[in-house]
Amino acid sequence: MTNAPNAITAENLRIGYGRNTIVADLDLTLPGGQVTAIVGPNACGKSTLLRGLARLIAPETGTVAIDGDDVHRMSARALARRLGLLPQQPVAPEGISVEALVRLGRYPHQRALRPWSAADSAAVETALERTGTTALRDLPVDHLSGGQRQRAWIALALAQDTPLLLLDEPTTFLDLRHQIDVLDLVSELNATADRTVVMVLHDLGQAARYADHLVVMRDGAPAAFGAPADVLTSELVEDVFGVPCRVVADPETGTPLVVPRASARHRRP
Amino acid sequence: MLDAHPTPDAVRPRTPARAAAVFAVGIAALAVCVALSLALGTRPVPLATVVEALFGDDASRDALAVTGIRLPRTVIGIVVGAALGLAGAVCQGVTRNPLASPTTLGVNAGAALAVVTAIHVLGLARPAEFLPFALAGAAIAAVAVFALARGAGDLDPVRLALSGTVLASVLAAWTSAVLLTSEQTLDEARFWLVGSLASRGLDMLAPVAVPLIAGTLLAFIVAPALNALSLGDEAASALGVPVGRTRILGGIAVVLLAASAVAVTGPIAFIGLAAPHLVRAVIGSDHRLLLPGCLIGGPVLLLAADVLGRMLLRPSEIEVGIVTAFLGAPLLAILARKATR
Repeated sequence: MTNAPNAITAENLRIGYGRNTIVADLDLTLPGGQVTAIVGPNACGKSTLLRGLARLIAPETGTVAIDGDDVHRMSARALARRLGLLPQQPVAPEGISVEALVRLGRYPHQRALRPWSAADSAAVETALERTGTTALRDLPVDHLSGGQRQRAWIALALAQDTPLLLLDEPTTFLDLRHQIDVLDLVSELNATADRTVVMVLHDLGQAARYADHLVVMRDGAPAAFGAPADVLTSELVEDVFGVPCRVVADPETGTPLVVPRASARHRRP
Repeated sequence: MLDAHPTPDAVRPRTPARAAAVFAVGIAALAVCVALSLALGTRPVPLATVVEALFGDDASRDALAVTGIRLPRTVIGIVVGAALGLAGAVCQGVTRNPLASPTTLGVNAGAALAVVTAIHVLGLARPAEFLPFALAGAAIAAVAVFALARGAGDLDPVRLALSGTVLASVLAAWTSAVLLTSEQTLDEARFWLVGSLASRGLDMLAPVAVPLIAGTLLAFIVAPALNALSLGDEAASALGVPVGRTRILGGIAVVLLAASAVAVTGPIAFIGLAAPHLVRAVIGSDHRLLLPGCLIGGPVLLLAADVLGRMLLRPSEIEVGIVTAFLGAPLLAILARKATR
């Protein structure tokens, strides 16, 4: 499992802002070729971890490596050809069209004297097609619905054409339909386009359904990681989230589904 | 994001043919402004005489007015307008702020203060000597405005504009203080300080040629990175843009361009703020087109303002710096309303 390409390894990673340590002495390997979901309570450092893995924050100590290559020894451009990141709630410049946005994904592949190649065009077309945004290409991003906008941003990350794709809460602020659309798309990209995906999610049930590998964070450190069926136990959820619960099998997929215990007032008579 | 103002045209992907057409129209507009700048003034000269003066050997008073006075004035207007327009576009791209320009960020005021101080302390009299002081003043002001605006986190557009305005006011007050302590300095600096294209020989362009060319090249080098930077610092980093380095290179380009412009004509407001907005409205916000567009849009605006200043109070004339200050204030108010909405 860990021998598949595009595995990310963090060793002894400590990330903080000033005196405030957010991720402390973390050792973690995210398997290549799989979908990893990072979950945890608010302020547990999951987004910070993702941004540390993508080198958006410099760690105080420790290293992050992709297949053994230290990301801090790569040029910005070289890293951006291996790893793409969709930030939480990105904001597009006013008036930019979907196609213009997606074309920006080719930035790390372009050179000064040969600005736009056939490979660039092909990558943009593929990205639009895979995300179902071809018909939206001429529309301004700020006129799109939340779900369409998120697909346009994913298309940008796809046009970047990196084997590794990091998504920071890609479903936040989307309604259920659009959440499922985005997660299905991510799952399909992993299965058919061979992308290694790491995403931060809030919903434990969705994480268990869509991820091969689950990392549960607590106070800046992984409380558990592994296959969702092994990791998501009622003890762990109560321990990490402080929520007494039962874990049942998802009737659709058989993956673990967390059902919080009801207070006496709401319990079935 | 506070960037372009969408019109149906600004959001359509630009085909090369369309971009070429827009540039052709821009060049035609510039040609009209050049013709007006050569023909109009205290003594209006018919266009036929302008052509004769430029290409024939007409030695009449009209012809001398054209070749001796208006030609240098027009050439300087083109060069300085291009420098200010380009500097403004890079300012707005680097800061992701539609209110940014060499004037609103205090860069011009820093250059002006340094030059006035040099006139006062060192007794500089030749404008050719102004450049190093303008560069130093602009650079210090640029660093100061970033330090002021930086604060805790990301660059807030309104906070940056406020910091720039505060800095510019302080520097202007300081400049006045220097001027008021010395009548001689006041006399030497007055016409330069108001920002004017008049009475500046073409020889003044020689010392600023190197910084202008370097600043322009630097601006074009960072253009693709500015496009990615418009997505925000994090998204730009994820695309492989070295965000800090891009900001520093862009800042150096702004300092080189703005300081050169200030050294030649004195501080001129509005052009750096308005030219990028004007050009963006017709060609979109792709910096690879926006920056060359500003090389045309800046001169168009500056020459138009200069001609206007010559025509308003004939036979007297108003310095272009005063005209642009009048036009710039309402524009800044409109843009600020848009930005904070």
